[in-house]
Amino acid sequence: MKTESCKVIRLTAPLAESAARELRAGDRVEITGTIYTARDTAHKMIVEALDRGEDIPIDLKGAVIYYAGPAPTPPGKVIGSVGPTTSGRMDAFTPRLIRLGLRGMIGKGERSREVVDAMVRYGAVYFAAVGGAGALLAQRVRKADVIGYDDLGPEAIRKLEVERFPAIVAIDTQGNNLYHDRRK
Amino acid sequence: MVRDVDVRSIEDGVARMCMETNVLAPDDLIKALKKGMAEEEPGTAREIFRVLLENLEVARNENLPICQDTGMTVVFLDVGQDVHLAGGDVSEAVNEGVRRGYRQGYLRKSVVADPLRRMNTGDNTPAVIHFSVVPGDKVRVTVVPKGFGSENMSAIRMLKPTEGYEGIKRFVIDTIKNAGANPCPPIVVGIGVGGTFEKAALMSKEALTRPLGKPSGDENTRRMENDLLKEINKLGIGPQGLGGRVTALSVAVNTYPTHIAGLPVALNICCHVYRHASIEI
Repeated sequence: MKTESCKVIRLTAPLAESAARELRAGDRVEITGTIYTARDTAHKMIVEALDRGEDIPIDLKGAVIYYAGPAPTPPGKVIGSVGPTTSGRMDAFTPRLIRLGLRGMIGKGERSREVVDAMVRYGAVYFAAVGGAGALLAQRVRKADVIGYDDLGPEAIRKLEVERFPAIVAIDTQGNNLYHDRRK
Repeated sequence: MVRDVDVRSIEDGVARMCMETNVLAPDDLIKALKKGMAEEEPGTAREIFRVLLENLEVARNENLPICQDTGMTVVFLDVGQDVHLAGGDVSEAVNEGVRRGYRQGYLRKSVVADPLRRMNTGDNTPAVIHFSVVPGDKVRVTVVPKGFGSENMSAIRMLKPTEGYEGIKRFVIDTIKNAGANPCPPIVVGIGVGGTFEKAALMSKEALTRPLGKPSGDENTRRMENDLLKEINKLGIGPQGLGGRVTALSVAVNTYPTHIAGLPVALNICCHVYRHASIEI
């Protein structure tokens, strides 16, 4: 179990496949660049739009999706608290998005067998952010704009510019899984 | 003598408690997290505790909610039997308090009007309100903003009476093992044992209003709380499910008489953002 590494790997989002494939479960990373928030209903709507052959609000090539629905933005701030939600609720939709180019996911908790299989096959990585640390994580967001499904309120898709957003590689592109390691 | 209590004072109290509980971490939580951090080895587990404590500080300093999931608002109203609630509909007053608190506090509106059609109500109402009538002429208002990462991993089981404590233990351990990282450990565990199906569930929620680490007044129950906490922490799930000694910060059990044929047990999980507040009017 590789949890002692003090080294922090700097990543840029959108994420290159080669960068994703170098990461190993247990690596600490800091992500800088553009990521997108999407959760339950947004995922359902994306997949329904794809079924109808319509455009979706996100360019999936190399994209990193953050499973999160922020609190409202108080005056003078970039965004309200924005920590990860439980990723497993998105599992049914995820393999399809990975096939279409989704490269990274940030959330909390385990993923399904199907998601991990797709990650291994197409070279996608799953990061865990600290659940319940929403105020702290909001400090790493430089810009936030709603870019799709805005009638969903907190569940709308947002484009976030993040700087050194901290996370841990929970499941890597070889299928190594930090959540399983702890049981050994 | 009947005492008049204006429902607007309940509304004001609910609004204030919604904002305070979501932003200001109580001392018992800070203490429990510091204790948890000291119990972990250096590495990921201890680092997560450090991040959680830093997050509480950022929330306080920046006036941001500790977690973006500011919950569905559960409100307990213990109304003295010598109280006359005056000035309007008390449930509407509670909801108005929630509406105001979530708007003024920039808290997330997480409630949908219909469980299947799922349109957001836009103001985090309605609250889930539990009334009880108690002796006296005061009103006690308790606000518990309940996040759903942990609520989703809660469970209830109707055990056979002969399964006894071992059955309860098995159910608790299975439920928490299955919950894994999802409820944002380190968790707080509320358990209701006995009563009926709904009584057990309600007791498990009420157990999550107890100050952190405060043991039950009953010796047998206290023993059960201690043993369950020890067993849960043997699972090694650890903070955020990434491994460690501290999976739960505390276990609180409430019990009630039950039927000869039954042993209901309900388990309600709260994440490490253990939020609740009470006032007496």
